Amino acid sequence: MIGAGLSALLSHWRSKPLQLATLIVGLALATGLWTGVQAINSEARSSYDRAAAVLGQDTLARLQSASGGPIAPEHFVALRRAGWLVSPLVDGPLRLGRIRARVRGIDIFTLPREATPFEVSGETGFAAFTGDDELVLAHPDTAARLTGSELNLRAAPQVAPGDLVTDIATAWRLLDRQDFDSLLLAAEQPAGLVPLAVLAPELARIDPDPQGDIARLTDSFHLNLTAFGFLSFAVGLFIVHATIGLAFEQRRTMIRTLRALGLPNRAVVALLLTETLVLALVAGLFGVALGYGIAALLLPDVAATLQGLYGASVAGSLTLRPDWVLAGIAMAFGGALLAVCQGLWRIARMPLLAPAHPRAWAIASLKTQRWASLAGAVLLVLALATGWRGGGLVMGFATLGALLLGAALLLPALLIAALQFGGRTARSAMAEWVWADMRQQVPGLSLALMALMLALATTIGVSTMVNSFRATFTGWLDQRLASELYVTAQNESQAAELRAFLGERAQAVLPIRTAEIEIGGQPVFLYGIVDHPTYRENWPLLEGVDDVWDRLAAGEGVLVNEQFFRRGVYRLGDRLTLVPGWSDDIIGVYSDYGNPTGQAIVDHDRLVAAFPDTPRLRHAVRIAPQQATALSEALVNTFGLPPGNILNQAEVKQFSLGVFDRTFLVTGALNTLTLGVAGFAILANLLTLSAMRLSQVAPVWAVGTTRAGLAWLEMLRTLALASLTWLVALPVGLLLAWVLLTIVNVEAFGWRLPMFVFPADWFRLLALALLAAGLAAVIPVWRLARTRPASFLKVFVHER
Amino acid sequence: MSARVGTHSYFAGLFILIATGALAQGFAGLGTDSEGFAVPERGRVLTFPDDHGPHPDYRIEWWYLTANLQDAKGTPYGLQWTLFRAATKPEPAEGWSASQTYMGHAGLTTADRHYATERFARGGIGQAGVTARPFAAWIDDWQMTGKAAPGEDELSALQVTARGIDFSYDIELTASGPLVLHGERGYSVKSGSGQASYYYSQPFYSLTGTITLPSGPVDVSGQAWLDREWSSQPLDADQTGWDWLSIHFDDGAKLMGFRLRSRSSAFFSSATWIAPDGQTTAYGDGTLMMIPEETHRVLERDIPVKWRLRLAERDLDITVTALNPDSWMKTLVPYWEGPVRAEGSHPGSGYLEMTGYE
Repeated sequence: MIGAGLSALLSHWRSKPLQLATLIVGLALATGLWTGVQAINSEARSSYDRAAAVLGQDTLARLQSASGGPIAPEHFVALRRAGWLVSPLVDGPLRLGRIRARVRGIDIFTLPREATPFEVSGETGFAAFTGDDELVLAHPDTAARLTGSELNLRAAPQVAPGDLVTDIATAWRLLDRQDFDSLLLAAEQPAGLVPLAVLAPELARIDPDPQGDIARLTDSFHLNLTAFGFLSFAVGLFIVHATIGLAFEQRRTMIRTLRALGLPNRAVVALLLTETLVLALVAGLFGVALGYGIAALLLPDVAATLQGLYGASVAGSLTLRPDWVLAGIAMAFGGALLAVCQGLWRIARMPLLAPAHPRAWAIASLKTQRWASLAGAVLLVLALATGWRGGGLVMGFATLGALLLGAALLLPALLIAALQFGGRTARSAMAEWVWADMRQQVPGLSLALMALMLALATTIGVSTMVNSFRATFTGWLDQRLASELYVTAQNESQAAELRAFLGERAQAVLPIRTAEIEIGGQPVFLYGIVDHPTYRENWPLLEGVDDVWDRLAAGEGVLVNEQFFRRGVYRLGDRLTLVPGWSDDIIGVYSDYGNPTGQAIVDHDRLVAAFPDTPRLRHAVRIAPQQATALSEALVNTFGLPPGNILNQAEVKQFSLGVFDRTFLVTGALNTLTLGVAGFAILANLLTLSAMRLSQVAPVWAVGTTRAGLAWLEMLRTLALASLTWLVALPVGLLLAWVLLTIVNVEAFGWRLPMFVFPADWFRLLALALLAAGLAAVIPVWRLARTRPASFLKVFVHER
Repeated sequence: MSARVGTHSYFAGLFILIATGALAQGFAGLGTDSEGFAVPERGRVLTFPDDHGPHPDYRIEWWYLTANLQDAKGTPYGLQWTLFRAATKPEPAEGWSASQTYMGHAGLTTADRHYATERFARGGIGQAGVTARPFAAWIDDWQMTGKAAPGEDELSALQVTARGIDFSYDIELTASGPLVLHGERGYSVKSGSGQASYYYSQPFYSLTGTITLPSGPVDVSGQAWLDREWSSQPLDADQTGWDWLSIHFDDGAKLMGFRLRSRSSAFFSSATWIAPDGQTTAYGDGTLMMIPEETHRVLERDIPVKWRLRLAERDLDITVTALNPDSWMKTLVPYWEGPVRAEGSHPGSGYLEMTGYE
């Protein structure tokens, strides 16, 4: 009996393969997008973990100079001779052409074994590290990027991406240093040693950091991605819910028959549940495969984003990890069960001989509609409140969530109100029927329309944010890159010749000198600039004291970039200690997009006084723009400078914008995919409705409207509903952009951006929405046009 | 009289493999690569105290001390202190780019526990090193410091300390006999392919001091043996490992013996008899019979921990048994090294070292 029951229930799918396909595709899409996002997050997190675990940072404590300065090598030897198991570390940034890497100098002899990222033997033995070989270990991705450099690189997958692990002596040569940043403390120390507080009171003990800075910094980005993934999943679930609900509804007759034949109700529920789980497993597997594909496609761009925004290195290749594979399949099960529970509940409570009359399953009662609208309104008020009070990334996302959900819940009521209003304009019976019929359709389509609204609003919001950012960024580049040429000499003597050469030809030669300092434990690049109109007229200051440039030129005060300013919660006039013995007031803040690190600017002479050894190699050159190319050629011919050492303004701008666009490619791709899923949701719902609408359409056919006419009306209705949905999505999307720009971005990236609107984009999106809805309507409309007259007539037979 | 060269050079060889990154199959093939380094020459007269200090133009060198101890109740212990030096290249270099590397091993053995630890350091920065006058060898806070009275040999009195996570020791040594030169006045030819080393010992130490175990400090006394050796040719190509012994007999005589296990030919054995006054007699291949009688399972390896030794010329027939069969050095270069007790015709105590059991 059970076998017969199962075969009867499954026969439904055999007769309706399209419905089966819709169900599986819907669930697979939902799972796929979610899994893809999770796979990306998982890959990035594993890169962070590796970075956090670099040289035992996640498990081993370390000693650092309490004053924040370097540690002399003699200190290390003295502590070893006193019996303390310490190991020196030196690290610093290394720029090789356009590639930035982090040099990590280690002492392989004393490095605790748990902190050593490789086997100490053979080709990575002491000699290779300490000898003339100057072995440098790097992650395969990093090594590949650095092919052609003078470094003796060896690929080592255990090394974190972006890191160059090498011996202290090699690191010193690369970084031009002679000291250490910290001393790693082995986990176990011999008993009976003289306490560190006595031996080295000037060193402070820093406890291990199991998470790492990068993971903390990028949390918001991953939360962002997860939110997107969840949105896609929710949109996909609308499809699944619609399809499963229909399948249950259509099988009510069959189920009644099965029960009348003696199959226990519990067995029916168990069979349906089993069927759901099998479908979920199949769809889940498809979804995970799809997710892998999406993640593999997007990961290189995500890696670029993370590098650009946070300076975090993430490997560009994807690994199949059990965590997101299992999570993906679990989501498929969870989603399918969520979608099916309403139907199962009804079947479980269905009286044995319930009438098999198919009722419009999805048409929510007026009461439900009212409650949903009320909840939507409450959520919108909540969004307004959290947005108004502001503060914090979590609040930002709470505002976003409340805004989107509230708008979605209110959507049916808004549509019905709009259609009622439209109905009043009707001048003919036919028009009246069309308006009324549309209104009647709203509850059935509401889930799909909500999905469409969410996708549209997100697209508007995110694209407004990205485009505002891009507009600001482009303007900022124009200000920031005011000089026509940027020239880097290969050595000091060449630099002196260059200055002489350029002095005769250019309008101005502005030296650019940098020192790397630390403020509050964070690395900060300190720039020294000369007083020149180039800066006074162009530099993108956000705030500043009245005579900011005069004070800077007088050597009183420091300018800082926005990230540093916001992260440290500083105010104008706050005093900063740049190096021990040198403090200055913050007199201005400038925007510095796309730079993950802090930056500060002081007068050129003051920098040189504090750091007399900083190289004088980089120069900004002012010249009439039309002469820039000729001058750059003259420089190449005279000094034989490699092309990378002369950058003209246009090249730098192009390069920067290229990086920018790549950064937001991922967001765009996820948007498009979500919109695609929403389109599919409409298709699924329309298919569901078209079967049930026959009874409503038949009378209209009977009074003389042709089938083709009916089909056109059907298409028109769908497009009209999509347009109305777009109209609702528009303000929601703009509000979303506002929240992203003023709350989320400040928290996540450390900069606030002005909002610009791009109406052309909205209409492009309307066209896209109409296309999606139109495509989704093609099959149902085509079916309606091809419905045999006999089928229409049958409606009246049944109505007897 | 070239025993110790082969023995210790097994792990000296592995140390060099680690230190120099030589691309060898296992440890075979290491013996040939002395290019650029100084090579021992027959006829050179060892001069002291200069030769107590390091010889950086040679590839490998060590200061190797083993000791048999007992506390007031007669409980036996064993102790090891070793400093290895290896040069990564013949050319000298300064500071953090120094071409000298050091490895320290310390061990402390009771009947049921074996404590071992190791240290590594680069030369040139003061973390590890050796000076001849006054004599001092050190790595981190481990020290072997000369305490000789004026006019005496720098090695005639020493203070030796080492410290691990769970053990430490601090002992004072006084020599009651002369330095013993092996081979031809310290020029020690290896059997087979003619490799050689400079090699001498001080086997006549008596000691007092304190060992500290997790249970607390213990006052101890006993006998110790120091080996000094340097060379540039670590191993023969077909050697698979060594079994080496040093024994202080109760009557004041000493014996050093070893057998070299070979992959391709018969095992090679050798022995040195040291009379109580320091006179030495060398015995060539096959004279000392070393027969494993019992093995013990240590980390998936079968290690011979009970041996029968026979040396007919001295009417010697003894059974040598490990105090603790688990005296395994879990160091980067692993091996077995621990105190033994000799019973039979010549009772005594000593040290057994076994390498190459994979």
